[in-house]
Amino acid sequence: MKDLAERAVNGDDRAVARLITHAENCHPDLYEAMRIIHRHGGRAQVIGITGVMGAGKSTLIAEIALEYRKRGKTVGIIAIDPTSPFTGGALLGDRIRMSRLTMDPGIFIRSMGTRGMLGGLTGAVYDVMEIMDASGKDVIIVETVGVGQAEVDIIKIADTTLVVLVPGLGDSIQTIKAGLMEIADIFVVNKADVPGIERTMAEIESMIDLGHRPGVRKTPVLATAAKECKGITELVDAIEEHREFIVGSGSLPDRRRKRYEAELVEIIRKRLMTMIFDEKVFREKVESLIGRIEGKETDPYSAAEEILDGLLK
Amino acid sequence: MERKIRVLVAKPGLDGHDRGAKVVARALRDSGMEVIYTGLHQTAEMIVNSALQEDVDVVGLSLLSGAHMTLFRDVTDLLKEKGMDDVLVVGGGIIPEEDVTPLKEAGIRGVFGPGTPLEDIIEFIKGNVKG
Amino acid sequence: MYDSDKVREIAKRRKEWESGSYRPVCEKVPERCERFENLSWTEISPLYTAEDVAGFNYLKDSGFPGEYPYLRGVHPTMYRGKTWTMRQFAGFGTAEETNRRYKYLLEHGETGLSVAFDYPTLYGYDTDHPLARGEFGKCGVAISSLKDMELLFKDIPVGKITTSMTINGPAPIVWAFYIANADNQGIPRTRIGGTIQNDVLKEYIAQKSFIFPPEPSMRLTVDTFEFGARELPRWNTISISGYHIREAGSTAVQELAFTLADGFEYVKAAMARGLNIDDFAPRLSFFFNAHNDFFEEIAKYRAARRIWARGMKELGAKKERSMLMRFHTQTAGVSLTAQQPEINLVRVALQAMAAVLGGTQSLHTNSMDEALALPSEKAVRLALRTQQIIEEETGAASTADPLGGSYYVEWLTDRMEEEANRYFDRIEQFGGVVPAIERGFFQREIAEASYRFQQEVESGKRTIVGVNKYKLDEEVEIPLLKMDEKGEEIQLERLKRLRADRDNDKLMRALSALRKAAEGDENTMPYILDCVHAYATLGETCGVLREVFGEYREPSIF
Repeated sequence: MKDLAERAVNGDDRAVARLITHAENCHPDLYEAMRIIHRHGGRAQVIGITGVMGAGKSTLIAEIALEYRKRGKTVGIIAIDPTSPFTGGALLGDRIRMSRLTMDPGIFIRSMGTRGMLGGLTGAVYDVMEIMDASGKDVIIVETVGVGQAEVDIIKIADTTLVVLVPGLGDSIQTIKAGLMEIADIFVVNKADVPGIERTMAEIESMIDLGHRPGVRKTPVLATAAKECKGITELVDAIEEHREFIVGSGSLPDRRRKRYEAELVEIIRKRLMTMIFDEKVFREKVESLIGRIEGKETDPYSAAEEILDGLLK
Repeated sequence: MERKIRVLVAKPGLDGHDRGAKVVARALRDSGMEVIYTGLHQTAEMIVNSALQEDVDVVGLSLLSGAHMTLFRDVTDLLKEKGMDDVLVVGGGIIPEEDVTPLKEAGIRGVFGPGTPLEDIIEFIKGNVKG
Repeated sequence: MYDSDKVREIAKRRKEWESGSYRPVCEKVPERCERFENLSWTEISPLYTAEDVAGFNYLKDSGFPGEYPYLRGVHPTMYRGKTWTMRQFAGFGTAEETNRRYKYLLEHGETGLSVAFDYPTLYGYDTDHPLARGEFGKCGVAISSLKDMELLFKDIPVGKITTSMTINGPAPIVWAFYIANADNQGIPRTRIGGTIQNDVLKEYIAQKSFIFPPEPSMRLTVDTFEFGARELPRWNTISISGYHIREAGSTAVQELAFTLADGFEYVKAAMARGLNIDDFAPRLSFFFNAHNDFFEEIAKYRAARRIWARGMKELGAKKERSMLMRFHTQTAGVSLTAQQPEINLVRVALQAMAAVLGGTQSLHTNSMDEALALPSEKAVRLALRTQQIIEEETGAASTADPLGGSYYVEWLTDRMEEEANRYFDRIEQFGGVVPAIERGFFQREIAEASYRFQQEVESGKRTIVGVNKYKLDEEVEIPLLKMDEKGEEIQLERLKRLRADRDNDKLMRALSALRKAAEGDENTMPYILDCVHAYATLGETCGVLREVFGEYREPSIF
């Protein structure tokens, strides 16, 4: 495990890939690697991208990645798609739109399933980000498919969060409902060649104006046509501008602290869950408590109390 | 912890017939695997690079154009070159009986022709992925 | 079709039949399944009567053969005058090898030619392009220049026979090869006839041999319409194809709806350019699949003709020829089994019969060994004989639309037209065919249908003889086609010589003139012909267009 981490830090893609697999599988010895990884990380700029299905996020990410490559940066891409809650399987198709990036040694793409994290980001995403970061990627782009908690969670990990919308289909209304107004650092209206672009832009801008307080940074709205590579330079400029803004205003360290907090909570949560549900002693305890809940001898609250008492002893 | 089988489903070469690849991809997903679909027109280099980054257990190749003898073997050759011969490679498409043995010798361990039940492919993968 | 009193009486008697005769038998011996469905999952009733087609107005909805709305066929005499063209899709290896196969087919009674190109050609690459690796001559013949086209048609009278070419992305260039070959033989352009498939929309939807993005692709298509209308009045400049949509796993209803939607889209694009609908519409042709559900297929062809006629009239067509739909049919490749391949002969015969009863203008019958490899000579001959038996022995060609008036077929025809109209509405909601493609609408519909079908095969709900029922454990013994192993070398050598021997200054001038035309809005066809006459290769000519137009990438849809 340590060897793998050393290799990953030296930019060995196979080691990076294997470590990510261990992170996804919650390998019990992963922590050995992550100690080394963490020492080497913390440099990368993290961009989160979220938005409805069919908004053209994958294409947009491919274009952003190419633009960063032109600017001399290396890029890691984490593309997250939902795992089926029924079968545990997932169909990860983001590489289709990123085919052109496959042969670039400065780009590393990893597709991930959410694996049972109800609605949220996959638990391993923090590790994966740290691994890519430590392996020397300058920019890490995290893509989530847009439903529910994952969209909101992304602000916990990203320095800059992009919310991608498309004209028509009432997306802008959905945006308010989903609470996306609050999380966007930049709004991107993609597929700018589709009719209805002006209306969508105007709707979003008026919503921003409504919630805007004087003296606070106003969220920019940009139009892109990722398929035609239009508006990409401007978008990356805006991302850089936002980064300068958070560095200048001193909020970058805040964002980073939030990420570490989320990561810490995630690790504790995972460890606790593993302890309670996977280790034999507790498993038996849990089973017997479930039996007692069923038989009305106790209730779920008291049972939970009993387990936690056992843990804290 | 639970380990999931990860499969890269790829279409090498210029052949655009993707009905089979997509049906197999869905079936593997429904059997609990994580399936990464590359899309069309992949070179051997692209397939192997994707397999490396995704750290997959299995590479599934689908080709109906008849170029399998060249293109499937390009993939296994390159995997060997990169020391990735622990990845299980399977292939499907219009493959005449006489090509099956040479393909297997080249490291395509499962070769599935038209009419193969999806269940057979799933079982083969589950039975042959290293532990 | 019937007076209402009669229908009421039939309805009443039918109910009596149901309770008196039908139900009691069902109770004693239950039917084979609870719900009978065709391949589009449409429920099929135990019986159809006049009641089911009560609203049918013969003169309005059916009419007569050769008259609007062409439900009963596009010719007044149908096959009594001339039967369908027997056109076997063929091509493999080098131009020389395929030329020999064409002559063999013509000797055995084939009446038209149909060229299958290999993958590099379909994508506009020459044989020496890196992406052509392993693909030379595999799925068709490699045609990289006019030189190859000359060899392909050596000693074949291109002024007399018609040729269909399955080529889409680079269609204008390959068509130019064909025209240039005729030019060089002194045959007037007005005399050569045939078809280029040239249907890019279905490439995005199903077949996936696309090169350029939709917008420049549509422009090239309209360029060919315009050029054809002006100079090659006997040439079908497009074959709007449902075949590949079906092969990708769609239902018959989807095949019908998506193909016709594509057709109307092309018409609208050409009209937007300012072309007169009656100038180009007579040269539009179609291409459908012939699949396993016999009656559904027949209803599909009939519905297609009526929808097209009605739609074209609505779009302002005045000429009869603009409203009548002529189509080619090929039996379903996807239905062939690698197991017990001989039984494919039977499948193909039934599918071909459906196409003939549906009034096709030309027909390709698949060979029994095609789930295994490219067809052998013997297998192709048997496939051709199948058509000849239908033509000469069955009597199916003796009268127009023999199943017209069948309660079941008329009901199904109406129903398929309705379902197609529903699909048209959905496509309209996306803003047309191209936005629907970009949103993955067609691709998703097809992927879902094909997965659903496959699951039903797996569960045994659908039977495929020889695959999930009536299986046989036997070694398959079918002689397979062997190609000239030296073919690729010969072709590479020819390309090398061509590049060295031609007038490269003249070539560069032609290519840069094409670039200018492509960047502007002139019709590209004359410029492409100049390039081709100067022996520009397919890859070089297509390369110029690639640089100007860019390349298309598919959306991620399952």
